[in-house]
Amino acid sequence: MAEKELPPYNKLPPGAVVLEPGNMAERYTGDWRIFRPVLNQDKCIRCLLCWVFCPDDAFEIVEEPYTTKTGRRYKFSLKIDYYHCKGCGICVEECPVNAIDFVEEVK
Amino acid sequence: MAVQKAEIKWKRLPLSTNYAVAYAVKDLDVDVVSAYPITPQTTVVEKIAEFIADGELDAEMIHVESEHSALSAAAGASATGVRAFTATASQGLELMHEVLHIVSGLRLPIVMTVATRALSAPISIWNDYSDLMNTRDTSWITLIVSSAQEAYDAVVEAYKVAEDPEILLPVMVGYDGYIMSHTYEPVLVPEDPTIVREFAPKNYDRIKLDPDRPVTFGTIADPNWYYEFKYQQVEAMMRALKKIEEVNEEFYKVFGRRYKHIETCCTDDADVILLTYGGIYGTFLEAVRKMNSNGEKVGVARLRTWRPFPAEDIVKALGSARLVVVADRAISYGARIAGPVALEVMSSFYGDPDAPQVMSVIVGIGQRRVTEKTVAEIVDYAFRVLERGRVPRESLYWGVRGVRYE
Repeated sequence: MAEKELPPYNKLPPGAVVLEPGNMAERYTGDWRIFRPVLNQDKCIRCLLCWVFCPDDAFEIVEEPYTTKTGRRYKFSLKIDYYHCKGCGICVEECPVNAIDFVEEVK
Repeated sequence: MAVQKAEIKWKRLPLSTNYAVAYAVKDLDVDVVSAYPITPQTTVVEKIAEFIADGELDAEMIHVESEHSALSAAAGASATGVRAFTATASQGLELMHEVLHIVSGLRLPIVMTVATRALSAPISIWNDYSDLMNTRDTSWITLIVSSAQEAYDAVVEAYKVAEDPEILLPVMVGYDGYIMSHTYEPVLVPEDPTIVREFAPKNYDRIKLDPDRPVTFGTIADPNWYYEFKYQQVEAMMRALKKIEEVNEEFYKVFGRRYKHIETCCTDDADVILLTYGGIYGTFLEAVRKMNSNGEKVGVARLRTWRPFPAEDIVKALGSARLVVVADRAISYGARIAGPVALEVMSSFYGDPDAPQVMSVIVGIGQRRVTEKTVAEIVDYAFRVLERGRVPRESLYWGVRGVRYE
């Protein structure tokens, strides 16, 4: 996901004061990544450890049923929010079935 | 809301410039004063402490452990929306330096007076403008005054400019340590301070720390954000130039004393115009008036608004001369033109084919005495320069033993 368009100088409050709470969601941290976690839906066993450990809340549970090549059926899938994922690699480390690959960011 | 000129009842008091500042702080009903003593500023906050103890001013006085803390405490107070004040000089101003940037970056309308003093080492408790000139790039609006009366008036004007919603920048009011800070002059102070408070009403409506409406101050701005906030300061500073002008005019209408970015005397058909700032202007003015009555074509000007720099006013006020001589009381070491104001005057004329020549003279360092005789010698030299048609490309360090200019 690309960076959102940022406001011009004259639309910002003076003194870099933050007027509304809970605005970290708007903060683009995706460009911090050097390595990108890529989830393999086939290997993933939906244990949600990645979802628990992610410090940036970048794992989303989406209601998309998925059937693996071996026939296992899941009612939901997991998606990574690359706007916020900083590429810390904690999910890669914690995944018990090595379902998350850590791939170098290339542009 | 414009304040109507009323019949103001004045008290005529013998006040040092330091005391005049304290009276202005009292009359402006400042809410928080942070104080740390440093010569020659100390009697400002001492007098304010007296006013508070006597019940003449209802303010919180915070005694701190350093100037760094003095400005930090004022910043904290100002962030809650109240009117804050502090004063300093010399090493104290240097110790504050990082907080100067924080205050302007947070857009806190603090007013601070500086009784300017030379910097260590060697230790000098005497006057020059090395301390104040070091703060040039801190985004503080800076006025330099030349009398005790003007110091009172400038502090009143300063809060009106600082707290204006279009500006929201701190203001520094500078004046000569000792030469002014400890010299008593007659000062007109209104018997009823209401007129001052109506002229510069407090602005409690700005963005502030308020438990009922929480906000975050002191945020971090990454490379995608920082530059925009600095550009806001650039714009606010330039807006302040016009705002100061408006406030000067409004002040004149209400109080009857008129100030300008740059004050001039005898400049109309002068070949040489001297430009200086602060208390030394009195000496320059007196010397130039005498020379004028002897038919010499010399004028004199005083810079009052130092930041933002009134470049257009400089061109208008000095553009008719053949040679402008800028007498600075600070040194930018290692620069060919080492006078901070001289540099700025030169840049004001940059690219103008009809511009006068500009010569930079450094005087009064560490309060080296500047008399009318000094001024006359500088003027003599200036006329010789005009005859020769060759203006020195370096600052002249006037009066240093062992240095002579032919």
